[in-house]
Amino acid sequence: MNVLARMWKREWPLHMMLLPGLILVLIFSYYPMAGIIMAFQKYIPNKGLIGSPFIGMRNFQLLMEYPDIGRVFLNTIYIAVMKIIAGLIVPITIAILLNELRKEWVKRTFQTLVYLPHFLSWVLLSGILVDILSPSSGILNQVLSIFGIKPIFFLGDNAWFPYVMVISDVWKEFGFGTIVYLAALTGINPSLYEAAEIDGAGRFKQILNITLPGMMPIIILMLTLNIGNVLNAGFEQIFNLYSPPVYESADIIDTFVYRLGVQQAQFGFATAVGLLKSIVSFIFISVSYVLAYRIANYRIF
Amino acid sequence: MHNNRSWSRKLFMICNFIFLAFISFLCLMPIIHILAISFSSGQAAAAGKVLLWPVEFTTAAYQNVFGKPEYLRAFWISIQRVIIGTTISMTLTIITAYPLSKDSRQFRLRTFYAWVFVFTILFSGGLIPTYTTIKSLGMIDTMWALVLPGGVAVFNVILLLNFYRSLPKELEESSRIDGAGHFKTLWKIYAPLSLPALATTGLFTMVGHWNSWFDGMLYMNHTENYPLQTFLQTVIVKLDFRFIKAENVELMLKLSDRTSRAAQIFVAAFPILIVYPFLQRFFIKGIVMGSVKE
Repeated sequence: MNVLARMWKREWPLHMMLLPGLILVLIFSYYPMAGIIMAFQKYIPNKGLIGSPFIGMRNFQLLMEYPDIGRVFLNTIYIAVMKIIAGLIVPITIAILLNELRKEWVKRTFQTLVYLPHFLSWVLLSGILVDILSPSSGILNQVLSIFGIKPIFFLGDNAWFPYVMVISDVWKEFGFGTIVYLAALTGINPSLYEAAEIDGAGRFKQILNITLPGMMPIIILMLTLNIGNVLNAGFEQIFNLYSPPVYESADIIDTFVYRLGVQQAQFGFATAVGLLKSIVSFIFISVSYVLAYRIANYRIF
Repeated sequence: MHNNRSWSRKLFMICNFIFLAFISFLCLMPIIHILAISFSSGQAAAAGKVLLWPVEFTTAAYQNVFGKPEYLRAFWISIQRVIIGTTISMTLTIITAYPLSKDSRQFRLRTFYAWVFVFTILFSGGLIPTYTTIKSLGMIDTMWALVLPGGVAVFNVILLLNFYRSLPKELEESSRIDGAGHFKTLWKIYAPLSLPALATTGLFTMVGHWNSWFDGMLYMNHTENYPLQTFLQTVIVKLDFRFIKAENVELMLKLSDRTSRAAQIFVAAFPILIVYPFLQRFFIKGIVMGSVKE
């Protein structure tokens, strides 16, 4: 008891500092977790969590029988995996090419420009993309028509939509990734290049044998951390760009939950879908953190 | 031999420069295009004559935007949101990161607390339960729904606590010996020294608040409470896709004032466009600090 009292006397200011943050987290993160009960209920908003009748696993059964559910999961993983791969290759390539530039200010200017789209919201970028990709008056289709290509309805065509998502996402985010890889590049010992030069290795060979291996730890780290995102195909982007004709190829778990839960007020069912996603994501993120620690010795704190 | 190699090297350098210039242009071009449309006449824009330079220059679209009370109101709500949200979030980040940066000998429950926060990154109740929580708290249609739920930005807390730890321990010790309590040590020693980290996380928080739209759509029942991006979401994005057929979308795009939308987009992007180039270096430092550490 005495020990505890002494500890409290010594540590109470630290507890006090944590208190406001803890309260917020308890209210806005932990309390909603209790709401997961809805997944096992036929939730009726007027009756609340306590008054709504329990229906066991019925929502999950419905989920299995739902005709589109398989495609929704597949779309999610398909788009997310393509984004992860492209989002790895493009920034690495651009970082290596930027690193070859001699003049510091040129490098910095290019870097500033490619980093810009990252700071604009998907709402604004969607407005811009809808305009640019429009089949009749969009600038892209005008350019294509010079080459005799018929207008393509990029955002209304199931064959195109997933690729438009991947390309526009890479376009928005690659500048951000480039910075991380450029930082890794500056950490490579310059004497390695000098030694290679003396041994007669050309620039390309140097990239292959020094630059890439030097970047490997950070590449592996980014890849492992991305594993946690396999079920996040990008709600904000897709929600702002999709439309009923492309639901078939564009619907991801998050958009599906939104339409069912918020627009059609099927709270219990949507919560069940969300819960499934949370559990799978939890597993993936935990695995990716463990892997990042084991392989790249990365710890979050 | 040597000559040949330096010749190919030069060729590579030129190609590389051109390629990177082209890529940079691709990142800037859509924004220039929108800017050009916003300053063009309605007919020129609808006819698709505008590329990167205004055709039949006019500021009509901007007069339209600034004459729209709904737009200005949404703009003002966003400014309030950025100020209130950033203040709350940064205060909480600073005081939450400090105790968590102590080691377990100094602060017994530190690891337990750290996991309480980190767990919220790993697992969440999901969209619907969070929504019903906000609703049952009576926060619908209030600013609190926009600034409180994300008030503790756990990633920023982690970034900052890692930064606190990189500061020399002797500073804290001597301050404590001089009789300063934890609050004073944090305020006088840690906060000023972690200014670069605070600037980075602060700016990211501001940009985050400025750009966010989804919570506005969820938690605001009345459109007059929409922050700017949510407002724009309804007038720019949603409008097109209410119509199911491709031809209808097309028709709508022509009928609605293309230049006016372009102006609305540009005005919303403007605060970021002017602030961003100056703060870029901060961001770069911050990202590197947060992601590549020993």
